Amino acid sequence: MMQSTISTLPPYLSLAIWLPIVFGLIVLAVGRDTNAALVRVGSLIGAIVSFAATIPLITNFNNAAHGMQFVEKSPWIETFNIYYSLGIDGLSLWFVPLTAFITVIVVISAWQVIQKRVAQYMGAFLILSGLMIGVFCAMDGLLFYFFFEATLIPMYIIIGVWGGENRVYASFKFFLYTFFGSLLTLVAIIYLYRVTGTFDILTWHLTPLTMREQIFIFIAFFMAFAVKVPMFPVHTWLPDVHVEAPTGGSAVLAAIMLKLGAYGFLRFSLPITPDASHYLSGFVITLSLIAVIYVGLVALVQKDMKKLVAYSSIAHMGFVTLGFFIFNAIGVQGAIVQMISHGFISGAMFLCIGVLYDQAHSRQIADYGGVVNKMPKFAALFIFFSMANCGLPATSGFVGEFMVILGAVQYNFWIGLLAATALIFGAAYSLWMAKRVIFGKVTNHHVAALVDVNGREFFMLGVLAIAVLVMGLYPAPFTDTMQTSVADLLTHVAKSKLP
Amino acid sequence: MTTPIPQEAFNLAPAYAEVTLIIGASLLLLVDMFLSESKRSITYVLSLAILAILAGITFADFSAGTTAYTFNGMYVNDPMANLLKLATYVAVALTLVYSRQYVTQRGMMSGNLGGEFYVLALFAMLGQMVMISGSNFLTIYLGVELMSLSLYALVALRRDNHKATEAAMKYFILGALASGFLLYGISMLYGATGTLEISKVAAAVAAGTIKPAILVFGIVFLVAGLAFKLGAVPFHMWVPDVYEGSPTAVTLLLGGAPKIATFAICIRLLVEGLLPMAFDWQQMLMVLAVLSLAIGNLTAIAQTNLKRMLAYSTIAQIGFVLLGLLAGVVGTTDRTGIATAYSSSMYYILTYVLTTVGSFGLLMLLSRSGFEAETLNDFKGLSKRSGWFAVVMTILMFSLAGVPPMMGFAAKFSVLSAVLGTGQIWLTVVAVMFSLIGAFYYLRIVKLMWFDEPTDTAPIVAHGDMKFVLSLNGLAIVVLGILPGPLLAMCLKAMQATLAT
Repeated sequence: MMQSTISTLPPYLSLAIWLPIVFGLIVLAVGRDTNAALVRVGSLIGAIVSFAATIPLITNFNNAAHGMQFVEKSPWIETFNIYYSLGIDGLSLWFVPLTAFITVIVVISAWQVIQKRVAQYMGAFLILSGLMIGVFCAMDGLLFYFFFEATLIPMYIIIGVWGGENRVYASFKFFLYTFFGSLLTLVAIIYLYRVTGTFDILTWHLTPLTMREQIFIFIAFFMAFAVKVPMFPVHTWLPDVHVEAPTGGSAVLAAIMLKLGAYGFLRFSLPITPDASHYLSGFVITLSLIAVIYVGLVALVQKDMKKLVAYSSIAHMGFVTLGFFIFNAIGVQGAIVQMISHGFISGAMFLCIGVLYDQAHSRQIADYGGVVNKMPKFAALFIFFSMANCGLPATSGFVGEFMVILGAVQYNFWIGLLAATALIFGAAYSLWMAKRVIFGKVTNHHVAALVDVNGREFFMLGVLAIAVLVMGLYPAPFTDTMQTSVADLLTHVAKSKLP
Repeated sequence: MTTPIPQEAFNLAPAYAEVTLIIGASLLLLVDMFLSESKRSITYVLSLAILAILAGITFADFSAGTTAYTFNGMYVNDPMANLLKLATYVAVALTLVYSRQYVTQRGMMSGNLGGEFYVLALFAMLGQMVMISGSNFLTIYLGVELMSLSLYALVALRRDNHKATEAAMKYFILGALASGFLLYGISMLYGATGTLEISKVAAAVAAGTIKPAILVFGIVFLVAGLAFKLGAVPFHMWVPDVYEGSPTAVTLLLGGAPKIATFAICIRLLVEGLLPMAFDWQQMLMVLAVLSLAIGNLTAIAQTNLKRMLAYSTIAQIGFVLLGLLAGVVGTTDRTGIATAYSSSMYYILTYVLTTVGSFGLLMLLSRSGFEAETLNDFKGLSKRSGWFAVVMTILMFSLAGVPPMMGFAAKFSVLSAVLGTGQIWLTVVAVMFSLIGAFYYLRIVKLMWFDEPTDTAPIVAHGDMKFVLSLNGLAIVVLGILPGPLLAMCLKAMQATLAT
């Protein structure tokens, strides 16, 4: 697409990537369970500083500029012409602060819950945060892959060490599933290097490729990104992993990690293989609709709250992939908004379930009932996030889904109609769960023993609730930043790259 | 059309390192005779001192970047040889540091035995250096035998241990068979070309006047012999048994540096000597590589003994090395493409050695007097016994699995890039799929260390030098993984210089 100019600003992106990693390493190095209090405070400071370091990206972002901003580029592995090359545009801008923000929330959420190996828990999340930001900023194919894969290590450890009973199974499933997809992507990346002689993603965008090449590359990328999103039918790892992961792990997984895959579609699949993307769009749209409808129905019958939210994540991510592959501005913008909004909402849902689990040690919907009688403040927040999850107007969940449906109707009325039915399922499973868990009479002594959220929990859920509301009431700052980049992307994708 | 070789008949300068080593090792043997068992650490320090001096000599040669032939062209000292020798010193030095306590506790230096462990290790290394620098079939064979004989003796060093004796027997018989293969192949090629000198063999083969049948016959035996030494499937049967049976310190001497030397003779024999026949030996290497990846990775899953698992992992890793070796596109005038392919393979073997040495070092760290840490269960809950060494082992395992930011990823990437350069996409896909399978058993070690409770709660006791070096070893894997550029560039430069002559 557009050529980027080297910026004269401070290296904000490098700071955003490396600050949390450095803080994480420090926490790992000095933290012991004997000085857990210090570790918590240190991690919180680290997370907040890292988040603060991403704010200048938003304030200095130029909405009208084409191409990459905050560009940094220096040689990394010269033998292979690999650069340490960073940059963000409207497509990736919001994910950098979002990641740092969710990390702050995760650190707060672990304050009392994690009592063993505190330093390792906090350190792993801080490092993970830096690595995920790296994925969103990398403009060199290998650098992208480097970060993309490296995220697996801390997440594997997080699930395996702090997870539930079946954590070993879940951690292996998580690692091997995603590793499988990304290995094929590695082949595609090397292939593109062999063709172009560079790892520069923007150069790859311009490289002519035959249809055959494009289809193979598209499929190789698709394997990694579809597993990560996850799309039907490679979604089966997500519910298992969510159930076993600790609360923080689930929150980061749903809020950020799934977006790595979706972002991959925007940065790699669509612009590098536009013809194959058009050619195979029917296939992807079908899978997305299955995710939206079928997985939505699957969510309806779940007995485990975490599983239910996991399936609802898959359904919501189905909207994202649907929005990408209908190739119109409102659809793509809606999909990106949906990604950000889902980051807030799913993160909040998992944190809510975590709050309940910490007290009652059950995730089964049947074990609850009448929680509102004991936890009124919590109930209010839980209901609010459930409403947001099913796309109530004035919450962020509405904006994204509405835009995608609008885009889908423009593309094809029937696809739009099918996607719109998903809103009904979404409302059904979210509200039905909320009804069974929150309302009614107090059903058993576990529920009777519940106490309402404390200040810390109220703060972390409250902040997320504000974010959801702000984005729902006034989405313009979000959509404005991405307008130019989305328009550029679509013009680019509309042009054939066949030689 | 031989290129004129800048040679003096009897110039010792290119072989200064070897000369120093042979004098040093002999002196060490003498000095050690007069040392009592309690003073054996003097032998240890002296061995390391010899390695340091050698490193100085070789590093000076490497920085000069020259290629020098000597002994009538039987011996060559080029950048590739220098780089591989430096890696060999590092591997041997690490081994000696890691095994100091281990060999002392197992009576490998008491009773009738003195410091033979160190002396034999140095002689084996001399053999490796001769292999690395040999540019004549006989020199290479001499190096192979010097190395092998020293290693046979090392495996048998614990002669009261029946497992070790059995391993020594197996290793000796199969090693002798492999040497026989190699020698038979060499004799075929000698018969066909009338010369033992590698550059002249290359010239004779390139002239195209020799019947290909006899050449191919010779190459088959040559490749079989090399595959034996490398432990590639289907010539891998000895690897797990010998790795398991040998004392861990010796396993490390077998599994580390010798692979570097064998890689060097692959380059000397196949690439320098028989490049025009590449089409034939590449096919053979491909079969070996795919089988090694498949059998190595699949069988490793079933192992409960960690030494056997690492043995199968070695077989799988060798598969990757072979992939790099077969990826030189021949027939074009583009020499850089060839150099890139072979240097990727070279980088892979260096990575492999550094990682493997560290993993076996950790096994020795967990072993103590009367107890061998070698089953998977011995790693249970390591993160609770020693958080830092669990981190080191985690780094090593992720490196073997090829996950960034470890060095193993850079190595895997460069080999895959070379293979894809030949246009064999299917081969690349096969390779990555088997490394997916491989990831499983490496992850299992990480799982044991982090997710499980310890069964063995004995404190970890080791010398400070071992702990320090092992930590450095682990950190090096990460640092070289994040910044692989300089070493990759060095490998490429060395390989280009070697191919240019």
